[in-house]
Amino acid sequence: MYSELAGGLLIGLAAAVLWLGIGRISGMTGVMSSLFALHEPQRRWSLWFFIGLVAAYPLFHLAGAEAPMTITDDPRLLIAAGLLVGFGTYIGNGCTSGHGVCGMGRLSLRSVIATLVFMAAGIATVAVMNQLGVSV
Amino acid sequence: MNAILALVSGLLFGLGLLLSGMNDPAKVRAFLDIFGQWKPELMAVMGAAVVVFFFAFRWSKGRSQPFAGGEFHLPSLQRIDVRLIVGAVLFGVGWGLVGLCPGPALVDLLSFRPEIIWFLLALIAGNRLAHWLIGPARS
Repeated sequence: MYSELAGGLLIGLAAAVLWLGIGRISGMTGVMSSLFALHEPQRRWSLWFFIGLVAAYPLFHLAGAEAPMTITDDPRLLIAAGLLVGFGTYIGNGCTSGHGVCGMGRLSLRSVIATLVFMAAGIATVAVMNQLGVSV
Repeated sequence: MNAILALVSGLLFGLGLLLSGMNDPAKVRAFLDIFGQWKPELMAVMGAAVVVFFFAFRWSKGRSQPFAGGEFHLPSLQRIDVRLIVGAVLFGVGWGLVGLCPGPALVDLLSFRPEIIWFLLALIAGNRLAHWLIGPARS
């Protein structure tokens, strides 16, 4: 429980640094889309954010910490999920970070609705897979 | 200055995802499994992050510009429309399928696990497909 709380505080701090520091919302969907539009100067911050983000993994392990990870190895599931998440977050303009953390933090009704809907869809998907006996 | 702040923010975000276990798809799926073997701990992650950002956002309302200058880029979209709902549903289904959302998938990139690479390639393909077929939302 404490590591989840501490991790959440770090994520909130990261979002606070980006917003109070340079006035940008730390949404992963926005960052990902911006990486394809780096010719626009106002989107270049996203490259630096991305570099910091991916550097966290090796640094975390260098510090001697462990981050266990269990994931399905079925490529069909992985590809279907990636396509759905990539397509859905683009047209919905955000994911767990942009809508879930920043949008809810600034009490945006649009983000609260989006978060409730994707949480419900995720819960329903896991429930249906369990019913069908699809183990991941 | 903007580059350094963005770099630090990205790093803190990534460390937070790793420390909380959000980067572990099995843990995320267990969190979504409320009708089965529910593990509610991840609720603390979003809860804590939202509270911290709530106060940061409130603080920013008393300021005319961010600390590094420039302006606050407040999201302009407010409409709750079909596009938002369909996007959130598709995202949620994909999230439930394997337990990965964009942030954790990017954080796990340098694990070089083939599962993460498959997911990321499809994630980028989905993002670009939506960009070319539908394009950005307008306020």
